[in-house]
Amino acid sequence: MSSIIARRRHPAAGYAAVAGGLVVAGVLYGTLSGGGASAAAPAQTATQIQQGKALFVASCSSCHGLDAQGTSQAPSLIGAGAAAVYFQMSTGRMPAKEIGAEMPRKPSDFTQQQIYDIAAYVASLGGGPAIPTPAQVNPAGADTALGEQLFSTNCAQCHGFAGAGGALTYGKYAPPLTASTPTQIYTAMLTGPEAMPVFGDGTITPAEKRDIIAYIISTRNEPNPGGLSLGRTGTTTEGLVAWLGGLGFLVLIAMWLTAKRRDKRIETEQE
Amino acid sequence: MSENETEEPSGPRRVIGTPSSAPAALDRVAGAPAGSEPPDAVALLPVNPENMVRAKRYERVIAALFVLAALAGCGFIAAYVGLEVGGGRLPHGANVVDATFRSNLALGLSLAIALLALGTGSILWVRHLTPNIETVEHRHDMRSPKEDRAKFEQFFAKGAAVSQVTRRPLLRRTMLLATAPLALAPLVLLRDLGPLPGTSLRHTVWRKGLRMVTYGGNRPLRPADISTPGEMITVIPEGYQDNLDALAKAGVILIKFAPGELDIPTVYNGSTQLYGMNWTVDNIVAYSKICTHVGCPVALYEQTTHHILCPCHQSTFDAAHGANVIFGPAARPLPQLPMTVDSDGYLVAASDFTQPVGPSFWERG
Repeated sequence: MSSIIARRRHPAAGYAAVAGGLVVAGVLYGTLSGGGASAAAPAQTATQIQQGKALFVASCSSCHGLDAQGTSQAPSLIGAGAAAVYFQMSTGRMPAKEIGAEMPRKPSDFTQQQIYDIAAYVASLGGGPAIPTPAQVNPAGADTALGEQLFSTNCAQCHGFAGAGGALTYGKYAPPLTASTPTQIYTAMLTGPEAMPVFGDGTITPAEKRDIIAYIISTRNEPNPGGLSLGRTGTTTEGLVAWLGGLGFLVLIAMWLTAKRRDKRIETEQE
Repeated sequence: MSENETEEPSGPRRVIGTPSSAPAALDRVAGAPAGSEPPDAVALLPVNPENMVRAKRYERVIAALFVLAALAGCGFIAAYVGLEVGGGRLPHGANVVDATFRSNLALGLSLAIALLALGTGSILWVRHLTPNIETVEHRHDMRSPKEDRAKFEQFFAKGAAVSQVTRRPLLRRTMLLATAPLALAPLVLLRDLGPLPGTSLRHTVWRKGLRMVTYGGNRPLRPADISTPGEMITVIPEGYQDNLDALAKAGVILIKFAPGELDIPTVYNGSTQLYGMNWTVDNIVAYSKICTHVGCPVALYEQTTHHILCPCHQSTFDAAHGANVIFGPAARPLPQLPMTVDSDGYLVAASDFTQPVGPSFWERG
């Protein structure tokens, strides 16, 4: 946490007024000492919003418009909320390299603080879900069994029962959840990125979201029977391996059993 | 698989390349029935393979495979005895699932090695050590010779007379009577396949006023709980969360649309309204979660296209237009559940589905 704060002072030093920086730092320290909530709660100070807007204009406005009003290329971000910005930018999906059916996950070019700044700017444009605090997404002590039930009911159709992802239509796909952080999973449910439906706090409560996160994380530690995970995508790969591998092996054995012998053949008759 | 047989083909009794001379052993090789004259060709069979060096090599390989099979078989027994899986027999705190994985792997692997090595050794034996014989066996008449048939008839009649079956009609008939119920019993057991479905395929447990609760959380929902366009959630009838028979048909997905996106055609079957806009609440629509093709749960919802996909056979339903089929093998739209809100403001069903949910069936009409 202190590294974030230390880093955030670097761009701030040459950018904003000293007074503004002190106010931001003060608010952050206050939140930290107040009970471990964190920098996650975006203190939407004028400075942060201003920095966020500068970053937005430099990196996002070519598609989303100078005022985030959207263009023919990309949707309006007014009302998208800080959580959507956090998900899209921390997973590296935004800024997108090119417009395709599905934005792939890639390393993010932005620091955590820069993402929070842009999130604060987008949130300031009007509403939208906020970024959850680390305590909100902490899987420790959550009900993994209930999380499994909720996951298999609401998530597994697209992401697979072990979160390995799956194909959708026209090049879209449900990404694997193997690398997602708890906050990314939480914000994805909250905002419904791309084709994913929204699972708001009214239908899946914050506690249930934690249960789902706990389940997803627990699946990563599950042993693989037989030693091979086969991508954990379920019956498709298992069936493919069984058919091509197992059946092919049996066919080869059958060919070997019935292969013509090369040595001299003796013909007899028997009544 | 006695020692005699394994040694005979490669016994160092003659010089390599000399013609074979062991007709006594050949009878067994050809499998000629006892008593009949061995066919002439059998006498020409060499008792030894042509290439003795190669045969010796294969003998060693086969023996090694058989030893491997024996070791793997011992390993199977050791794994069965040594790796405990039962919850009560494990040390306290051990993971039953991990123990089962280990046990299955050890049992399966050792048995597979044992059987594969035994089979491979046997096939190598046949292919490389036994002579290459092609035998033609001529087909006989299926019908037995006349004298055999007459003899059997005599024998049978004699047996019947001795048993007095022909002379005591009372015993004969009561014996047949005794077996009759047992013969009919399997027909009665067919009843266990029932009861006949009756009208149960046409109805679910949904009824007017039954609340929709989230599956897992079992919380009733207000329209305000599903406020963001693009939201989707699976709901079940309240009070049925443990009734899997009921849930198998009653699963429903709720989808929230932005104002103006929903365009459900009003469709009538005669005077019965099949589906229409007035069944939705606040741009929330409820569809059966059971695919109309073969009944998989359909919940791959793309909020950008409003398509609901079935993961099994890629049937695609257009949620914004009455869940009409736009792709795939499903033959009819997902049934829409009429919904409303009760006096406490919770989402409830307005009635049961107006058409059967799930796969089509013969009498559906």
